[in-house]
Amino acid sequence: MRRGHINAGWGFVGPALAAIGAFFIVPVAASLLLSFTDFDVYAVARPDRLRFVGAGNYARLLGEPRFWTALGNTAYFVFVGGPLSVAVSLGAALLLEAKLVRWRGFFRTVFFLPVVTTLVAVAVVWRYLYHPRHGLLNLLLGVVGVHPIDWLGDPRWAMPAIILLAVWKNFGFNMVIFIAGLQSIPERLYEAARMDGASAWQQFRRVTLPMLAPTFVFVAVVTMIGYFQLFAEPYVMTQGGPANRTLSVVLLMYEEGFRWWNMGYGAAVAFVLFAIILGLTAVQLGLRRLQPGTEPIR
Amino acid sequence: MSLSRPAPALLLLALAPALVAAPGCRLDRDDAGAVRFWAMGREGEEVQQLLPEFERRHPGVHVRVQAIPWSAAHEKLLTAHVGGAMPDVFQAGNTWLPELVALGALEPLDERLARWSSLDRGDYFPGILDTNVIDGVTYAVPWYVDTRVLFYRTDVLAEAGYAEPPRTWTAWEDAMTRVKERAGPDRYAILLPLREWQPPVILALQRGASLLREGDRYGNFESPPVRAAFDFYLDLFQRSLAPRAGDTALANLYQDFARGYFSLYISGPWNIGEFGRRLPATLANRWTTAPLPAPGDAYPGVSLAGGASLAVSSASGRKDAAWKLVEFLSEPAQQVRFYRLTGDLPARKAAWADENLPRKPHAHAFWIQLQSVQSTPKIPEWERIAAKISQYSEAAIRGDLTIDQALAGLDRDVDNVLEKRRWLMRGAGR
Repeated sequence: MRRGHINAGWGFVGPALAAIGAFFIVPVAASLLLSFTDFDVYAVARPDRLRFVGAGNYARLLGEPRFWTALGNTAYFVFVGGPLSVAVSLGAALLLEAKLVRWRGFFRTVFFLPVVTTLVAVAVVWRYLYHPRHGLLNLLLGVVGVHPIDWLGDPRWAMPAIILLAVWKNFGFNMVIFIAGLQSIPERLYEAARMDGASAWQQFRRVTLPMLAPTFVFVAVVTMIGYFQLFAEPYVMTQGGPANRTLSVVLLMYEEGFRWWNMGYGAAVAFVLFAIILGLTAVQLGLRRLQPGTEPIR
Repeated sequence: MSLSRPAPALLLLALAPALVAAPGCRLDRDDAGAVRFWAMGREGEEVQQLLPEFERRHPGVHVRVQAIPWSAAHEKLLTAHVGGAMPDVFQAGNTWLPELVALGALEPLDERLARWSSLDRGDYFPGILDTNVIDGVTYAVPWYVDTRVLFYRTDVLAEAGYAEPPRTWTAWEDAMTRVKERAGPDRYAILLPLREWQPPVILALQRGASLLREGDRYGNFESPPVRAAFDFYLDLFQRSLAPRAGDTALANLYQDFARGYFSLYISGPWNIGEFGRRLPATLANRWTTAPLPAPGDAYPGVSLAGGASLAVSSASGRKDAAWKLVEFLSEPAQQVRFYRLTGDLPARKAAWADENLPRKPHAHAFWIQLQSVQSTPKIPEWERIAAKISQYSEAAIRGDLTIDQALAGLDRDVDNVLEKRRWLMRGAGR
């Protein structure tokens, strides 16, 4: 009887497990194996030209300056762009939820619009905005007396330019999540705070922020994971230039794996990135648990 | 990167082996009699107009053309080969051929070429034909040719005292210096896009450099000829004769050329048509083309042997019909028609003669230049090495690396890229 019960269970989850196995577990395992070989164009034609290199790909990767450049650029993007994106999202959400705002739906749609716009189309427009001699951005800066900046061509400015674009493109998504978080905060908490004589800032600091803590964890983790996979913006806007300043880890993986067909090496890049993201996510979740006073009041 | 896109980076690579392992799904089983032909970009669209004539001459052979965008073509050919979905005959950039040969994707063509009575190999430009011969075997036939020459503003150079184009590096440098003096600080003499590997490689080849050494086993970038070429190249940026500008700084190349932002440019035949269409009418008679200057007296200096070729897939079941199509598209009459449709310069000298191309104003420089073109190393790793060259030369131009550091770094990286090749060659020698 008990045995039959278990078998029926397998029958129900079987199809889903098979699909996950075939389309996720097997490819990931194959990819892991791949990362221990030097699979490339030569090996496609003749399997006897495939060598098992052990941790060779990983060792070479860690010894390659280009990888560290890519990792540094990605970290710059994550740790500057990520918090900025979250802050802008929160700011926009607070603005939209303020009591005085009219046409809320209209603004929400406008702010969300960049999220659903094709990046390639956006990139073309932003390339015009960023143009050093004819771009709108430099024209406006010129009015204030700032010298023209070669946004995408100057190694110092290329990454900030990419961050600006990414934040503008993505903040609407987190904004919607923050709005949902804000709307779930009971009005009575604010009433109670006001009765105790709390200022607007105190209400924000003592009521809004703690109540948003779970939302923050979600937004921070998802944003970090997403931002670590920076690819399309530099791929479309700069191809990793100028002077590798916008080369990201995923762009490096794409180049190695799909442009040069060094599948083995590319797979190693992917797994290193996976390990980094996994580690940082664990740290982030751990920090939230350690931090006192962020548990929502029920 | 966008948060709404669920595909994690891992999946990209994770799925790759699944693609590789998938038993190839052959396309078009229903259209079994058709010869499948892949051509890229505009060529893929325009070539269809030539095909009714071919099908009229070969009743029973039907050709199905698929036009593939240039940007996706290289990847698509590799994936098609792995997936067993190669077309019967296809167009390929001639720098891709070594890679396709390493994959075993190409049918050797020497026997068929020998049987082809109306063909004289001498009717092809030797430097271009050579790019189709790998380790002594001919794997493809040139379809149209491509090389780089100097495009320049005749009025600006005439004002600078050069009624005729410069023929030596010394004259070239002097001409650019004078153009720059008149242009002022915000405008330049020559445009050399930072991410292009072609200009420094052309200069190195002109100095007689071999970019790789010992049977293409190692990089040879610290050798004196390469060093001399890089000195000349970097000097152009240090003296502000060329802007330190990537492609992002250019909104519109043609407007910038018209406004005198730069007056010289090293480019290929596609720009004859583009310059003609996109420059303002007032500029129509104020630009032309010239063969590249040479470091010494042997004018013109060599340029790159580029272009596209036609190849037959080794996996094709209709090789004879596919070859007939290659023969047809190579006929001088068809080459002339194709030139009129696309502006691509014909591979056959007979077609040049029929169209009187060698005497046409802008094509003339290409005619001269095509007599002295040289191919880049014919190894599968070349495109990767080329990307390294542009990375390191950009770093040197921006001053991140000194010229010595850049060339040493280049040799080190290229040696790493060629490690597998060395291993394979050791195995072959055993």
